[in-house]
Amino acid sequence: MADKRKYVIPGDVVTTGPFRPEQNVILDGNKIISTTVGISEIYDDSVKVIPLTGMYIPKIDDLVIAKVISHTSLSWELDINSCYVGFLPAQDVFGRDFSAHADELTSKLKTGDLVAARIANFDRTRDPLITIADRDLGKIDSGVLVEISPSKVPRLIGKRGSMIQMIEEATEAAVTIGQNGWVVVFCESSEGLLKAKKAIQMVNEQAHVANLTDQVKEMLDKKGES
Amino acid sequence: MGGRDATMVLLDENGIRCDGRKIDEPRRIMIKAGGLKNADGSAYIEFGDNKILVGVFGPRDVHPKHMSNTDTGILRVRYHMEPFSVGERKNPAPSRREIEISKVIKEALEPAVMLEKFPRTAVDVFIEILQADGGTRCAALTAASVALADAGIPMRDMVAAIAAGKVADTVILDVNNEEDQAGQADMPIGYMPSAEKITLLQLDGVLTPEEYKKCVEVGVEGCKLVYDLQKKALNDKYFGNKGD
Repeated sequence: MADKRKYVIPGDVVTTGPFRPEQNVILDGNKIISTTVGISEIYDDSVKVIPLTGMYIPKIDDLVIAKVISHTSLSWELDINSCYVGFLPAQDVFGRDFSAHADELTSKLKTGDLVAARIANFDRTRDPLITIADRDLGKIDSGVLVEISPSKVPRLIGKRGSMIQMIEEATEAAVTIGQNGWVVVFCESSEGLLKAKKAIQMVNEQAHVANLTDQVKEMLDKKGES
Repeated sequence: MGGRDATMVLLDENGIRCDGRKIDEPRRIMIKAGGLKNADGSAYIEFGDNKILVGVFGPRDVHPKHMSNTDTGILRVRYHMEPFSVGERKNPAPSRREIEISKVIKEALEPAVMLEKFPRTAVDVFIEILQADGGTRCAALTAASVALADAGIPMRDMVAAIAAGKVADTVILDVNNEEDQAGQADMPIGYMPSAEKITLLQLDGVLTPEEYKKCVEVGVEGCKLVYDLQKKALNDKYFGNKGD
């Protein structure tokens, strides 16, 4: 378990000693230095800083919600709320026998469509390669898009998914969280949809509050009675 | 303010300067992180009578494309003075001086910002001087560093800056406009407090080697004071004063 949580800013020495630097820390001699504003966590052999700000940087295997910006005859370009645009090759959608002459890309995905996608590959030398060929991935037909800060995504999910499970149970909504800070909420009842949306925005705005789970629960229960 | 007074005493016999400060006392400094909704990161600083607003965007796509670098991200800094920032209206077009300051601030931030993590992107820093009273480049650099941290851009360290100088043959900290105009030397210093590295050092005036060493020493100590305020600004925004 993590112990010795500390608020850090860039340049702060998190700890010294033989630790493995993980996210958002650099090793300088035997000092481990934070590179961002966040909360430091020291594990048995490693140190990381959970960022409190910053934009989304793609990571392999991340689930993201993406928006189609444009397409060529061979691929789509997707907005993934990052500094890089996602690249979705047509083969991924049409299969191996894709032909640029026979298949029309817009028949599957049009500009403005939302997709649930996974980052298949990303090495910073090229734009991130995206796939939608998997279970639960693909075009999103219904639901509402809620944008939150990418650094608040872990808070929205909660410890082992506790926060999002609670919201889903209380509102009977289906929530798809992209690591890039885009969240799609789908719910049969409009009341549940509004409530889930409000809860997500509440997490986004009050991510630093300690007993946020209780407060969100309270908000969800209260609205349910009225 | 502004007009040069030939009879002004820069340093009296009690070691008190023209604005009532002691020789090693900085002006009143207030830094606020955030404040601009549409920028990725922002900061506002009041450094004596200087008032400066900084907005940061990025990492983002580079336009024009040919400026991008496949090995690393690039940092672009624009230092701009508002027409109303000084006594007589300043032409808003970038002057020779503004281009120089943009360049030195960019080079002072580059050792701190870890641009190599974002190849083919740009980080843009926009500095607007709302009110100027000497030492704007140091104040701007200090605020830019807070704004970059607010934007969540990875940095090896913060950069704090303050000027040291010489008036009436005495080394002083934080040179104001009058001391800059009538004094003997002005030395802006940018410093990374945890890494203990100097990232900006300019000198306008004449100093003996001993005075030079004293100036750097005084300046570095001043930067540490500024750093504490940067830290406080970020603590206030992100940890609601709980930060240590």
